[in-house]
Amino acid sequence: MSDLAIKIENVKKKYRLGTIGGATLRGEIQSWLAKVRGKEDPNTLIGTKGQSGDEFWALKGIDLEIEKGDRIGIIGRNGAGKSTLLKILSRVTAPTDGKVYINGKITSMLEVGTGFHGELTGRENIYLNGAILGMNRKKIDEKIDEIIEFSECGEFIDTPVKRYSSGMYVKLAFSVAAHLDSEIMIMDEVLAVGDVNFQRKALDKMSEVAKSQGKTILYVSHNMSTVRRLCNKCVVLDEGVIKYQGNVEDAIQEYLKVPDTMQIHNTFENREITDEQFNKKIRLLSLDLLDRDTNQIEAGEKIRFNLRFHCIKAVSRTYIRCIVSKMDDSRVGTAFSGEITGCAENIVKSVDCELDVSTLVEGRYGLVIILFDGDGSGYQEKYDMINNALVFEIVNTIDRPVYGEWDHTNWGYSKYPELIIEDKT
Amino acid sequence: MENWTTIISAKSKWYDFNLRELVQYRDLIFMFVKRSFTSQYKQTILGPLWFILNPLLTSFISTIVFGGIAGIESEGVPYFLFYLCGYTLWNYFATCVNQTSVTFTANAGILGKVYFPRLVMPISTVIYSAINMLVIFVMTIITMIVCAARGIEIHPNISIVMIPVLILQTAALSLGVGIIVSSLTTKYRDLAVLVTFGVNLWMYATPIVYPLSQVSGKLRTCVLLNPMTAIITNFRYALLGIGSFETFWWGISLVITIIILVAGVLLFNKVEKTFMDTV
Repeated sequence: MSDLAIKIENVKKKYRLGTIGGATLRGEIQSWLAKVRGKEDPNTLIGTKGQSGDEFWALKGIDLEIEKGDRIGIIGRNGAGKSTLLKILSRVTAPTDGKVYINGKITSMLEVGTGFHGELTGRENIYLNGAILGMNRKKIDEKIDEIIEFSECGEFIDTPVKRYSSGMYVKLAFSVAAHLDSEIMIMDEVLAVGDVNFQRKALDKMSEVAKSQGKTILYVSHNMSTVRRLCNKCVVLDEGVIKYQGNVEDAIQEYLKVPDTMQIHNTFENREITDEQFNKKIRLLSLDLLDRDTNQIEAGEKIRFNLRFHCIKAVSRTYIRCIVSKMDDSRVGTAFSGEITGCAENIVKSVDCELDVSTLVEGRYGLVIILFDGDGSGYQEKYDMINNALVFEIVNTIDRPVYGEWDHTNWGYSKYPELIIEDKT
Repeated sequence: MENWTTIISAKSKWYDFNLRELVQYRDLIFMFVKRSFTSQYKQTILGPLWFILNPLLTSFISTIVFGGIAGIESEGVPYFLFYLCGYTLWNYFATCVNQTSVTFTANAGILGKVYFPRLVMPISTVIYSAINMLVIFVMTIITMIVCAARGIEIHPNISIVMIPVLILQTAALSLGVGIIVSSLTTKYRDLAVLVTFGVNLWMYATPIVYPLSQVSGKLRTCVLLNPMTAIITNFRYALLGIGSFETFWWGISLVITIIILVAGVLLFNKVEKTFMDTV
């Protein structure tokens, strides 16, 4: 068995909803008296009976093993239990049931700058914050120069932090956290501090620290690109249970998955159009993938599909804009059509389209279809738009390239045709 | 089986108290003391002088009210010195209890974000207040010298060596009481109000504004059962040579102090695990 850093066994956490107890001693006595006399508790909400229904299980039994040196991303919707899990791991609160075994010194950064005090200088705050995060004075002495340099606040380090700009404040706070000496680090969205450059620096620093010093990292974020950059494994939480654990791309796909979208026949007939920017002259009806019986497409191939749309009012012409996007809505690329002849009122038009997706690498993609008309000046009249009109997956079952698996984080989502090499030696 | 450094579980045992961890965090205790000091006195005119002003004024007013108007005896020492001496330790006790009793509620922000042994907070409060107390103690000694210079007889005696113990005991007792209350205030906020009020009442059950010799009969036993009584009485005896050194009652007081402190630490230890859910 390899070295485990953290082992989580059937961890559950229960919260009581609504008011917790009577909040005051008087309220508690009131409730108790009412119960003794058989009357309704004056402190419960009207319409709720007793306390048993007011429970909420934030975590419903988590089992997880984390190996040393793993960088685990924890993703999930709001309320999935991510923060609760981190709070339990960082010992801010105890689980209702279950056990967590930890091997190594653990520090949590659920927030940067915990305990910072405005009256203290930057330097004093480094010591204070470091001590709160579990470093002793000697360790901080060793690292203080490094911390100050990283924070980019060197000039102001002996000024009280209440005079700092908010950017300097978080930079300094993050710098302390980034230089901790613990083996396991728990982070909750804390990388999103400072300006863009600093965020990048922070992320690089964390990656570097994790890789070179073999630290174990648990990172919660809604920002998929930071998860991609930092983590090597991912856990998807959903309503208090682990829905998926494994590699980052699959986990992100699992998290962002819109159920049942991998269809060959996609119809959009029974939908409400609420978006005001579309003028309802044309409505998209359906998109059918042609020549295939699966949405899995071998890398390097093109796709063909049939598009049907209903011209409610007569239009002279239309164009199609076809956006390939990742499942997290980040755009990969866009193809435009040439002019399509318009049609008379109340006619259903059907067109076949061919889209060259041969440069796309393995992964799941969605097609956003937009019908519009434009005059070249930038003004566009939008007729209709469907998000993820088609969801397809690029697979690679034939080609076994020398580089092994595609590295999405560093290489992106497009694989251009082979580089032409002329050997001149 | 692997060697786990930490195990987090739902249920904890009452005696599950990690002293070693607390020692590891000693730097943090002093950082908090420093933080309290800096934050309280930066950008003030008198700075730490406020330390002195407060007990001096209180003693002065007591001299007028209890000595002058009510005419309570002070066993032959000047009223002012008598009260100042009593307030030295009492003030320390009261400040510690009042401040540690809000440990959880006042620091929910930090405590909800990061783990460190929670006892660090009340302990640093007690140490911080000790600075305050020591300044008053010095004031008391200066007042003694001034009195002696004016020809008033004051008899400090050998039991003065017990003063550090008395101070430590006051710290321990106030810490115990404070953390018991703070453990309870996580659920019942109104206890915090009760504490301020209760500490005020407690003062009158302690011979601060009157000498122990004025109390007799059953009331005397009651007053002596109050652990602060022996502390204050012995402290005054050591410094001013008035009253008596209550050895037996001091023993009782020490036992009570230890019981309260241990009970407090255990209760605190129990509550700290989940207080974030109720605070």
